[in-house]
Amino acid sequence: MALTTDEVRSIAHLARIGLDEARLSELATDLSTVLELVEQMNSVDTTGVEPMAHPGSSGLRLRADAVTEENRREALQAPAPSAEDGYFLVPRVIE
Amino acid sequence: MSWEVVIGLEIHAQLATQSKIFSGASTAFGAEPNTQACAVDLGLPGVLPVMNAAAVEMAVKFALATDAEIGRTSVFARKNYFYPDLPKGYQISQMALPIVGEGKVAVMQSDGTEKVVGLTRAHLEEDAGKSVHDQFSDATGIDLNRAGTPLLEIVSEPDMRSSAEAVAYARQIHSLVRYIDICDGNMQEGSFRCDANVSIRQKGDTELGTRTEIKNVNSFRFLERAIEFEIERQIDVVEGGGTVVQETRLYDADKDETRSMRSKEEANDYRYFPDPDLPPLIVEESFIDSVRQGMPELPQARRTRFVESLGLPAADAAALTVDRQTADFFEATLDESFKPRLAANWMTGELFARMNKEDVSLDAVPVTAEQVKGMLIRMQDGTISAKTGKQVFDELWNGAASADAVIADKGLKQISDTGAIEAMVDEVLAANPGQVEEYRGGKDKLMSFFVGQVMRASKGKANPAQLNDLLKKKLEG
Repeated sequence: MALTTDEVRSIAHLARIGLDEARLSELATDLSTVLELVEQMNSVDTTGVEPMAHPGSSGLRLRADAVTEENRREALQAPAPSAEDGYFLVPRVIE
Repeated sequence: MSWEVVIGLEIHAQLATQSKIFSGASTAFGAEPNTQACAVDLGLPGVLPVMNAAAVEMAVKFALATDAEIGRTSVFARKNYFYPDLPKGYQISQMALPIVGEGKVAVMQSDGTEKVVGLTRAHLEEDAGKSVHDQFSDATGIDLNRAGTPLLEIVSEPDMRSSAEAVAYARQIHSLVRYIDICDGNMQEGSFRCDANVSIRQKGDTELGTRTEIKNVNSFRFLERAIEFEIERQIDVVEGGGTVVQETRLYDADKDETRSMRSKEEANDYRYFPDPDLPPLIVEESFIDSVRQGMPELPQARRTRFVESLGLPAADAAALTVDRQTADFFEATLDESFKPRLAANWMTGELFARMNKEDVSLDAVPVTAEQVKGMLIRMQDGTISAKTGKQVFDELWNGAASADAVIADKGLKQISDTGAIEAMVDEVLAANPGQVEEYRGGKDKLMSFFVGQVMRASKGKANPAQLNDLLKKKLEG
């Protein structure tokens, strides 16, 4: 399965990665190689094999429903580029 | 041309846990911005989500209440998109393997019939934060208190055929989640949110038409209006020779219209993949059993019991099981000395009317079930009449301690002494010879005049049944 440069452009946009137009075809080739590897794995007969989302057999660990966190807003907002009145500020998002 | 409307709903119910789905931060509503947003909720590097057991329990409760399959192994996936109130750049949700599979719910329609609506699935996910657009002149403010609040997204089959059916279904789910105590149902605070998928097709078609998704509906009234508007809009588009475009539309309550929400369209590729931070959620049989043990009686079963064992009319049973609190209150007013019907009449009549008049909900009613019970006992044993009951209820509402205290303080004890009533009747008849003459001459309507006079003489305390009997006897004798 070969990716087109348009598809690479779209993937980059979805991931919010800025790409030079000049690199698109090179990346399309690289990514297509990865997909080819996956294609090869797809050719293995997996009839009767349970799909596995995670390695290891242990299930999800659960915690009791209790509030254990305190308000640490000041410390957590200290590294933010901008904060005011308790809010994190980001460039205006227009709906 | 005759059109058929097809509607499916996606309901997001915030689960009533104390802490968030993957962190120990509080989920309480209304806190100062970002005071309930910890490092996990902020998606800081190196943090790991740890699943809240109560959220799992609540999802299983919902499955049991809707006769749904329970996903014994369900998997959390990342739904990837960029928005400032989603700090990780992905929402943890469930895709291929949700915790709740196919189920069904019987919905009471406005005409009293029942319609079974299929549930496709329900899955656990985390809520996003909130963006504030109007508080800062040149920036958007982000409050992440809501980020990580557990949600159960309940997806219905496209089984509804009108806006009224869709609203009836939404109300049923709303009532159910409160009944089983997994969601507070507060729509103003966004605890219960509905999105509607709407399409139209020609009557008789089996293929579904292109659907649009309506978002941003925060009341049942708006849900109905938004769907109505969208049906009309789609019919206009198709009858005008156009085609419906699959898109997300926002409902604007002020203008009563839906508007295309273009911004979300191009990003509709969420690239789901299993979240490597969270191993599969395995729900053991023993866990399901323990949840089942703790399940309350479901509204439908309770309604049936009210009719069959308590002898209530169907309409009263429905009104009294509208939510768990109402049903609990009703049952707490019952006493062996009187028929459940007496309490039902009192609640659906007097209490509901008073709640409407004062615009308060049951939890704000200043009268307890115990106080109502005390009053009903006194009505049953003849100490007070139904009419005096109203006065007693009024006093209870205004802070009186008990019906017995009111009856004693205000001297409301009904007069059931035949001799005393007879004396008053004689007095009234003697004082009104003209009316007695007219009555005997055939003017039956004067009966109520006499009843009124005697009641007044007794200050409203004469036992009405005895009074009527005596009056009749004296007038006709």
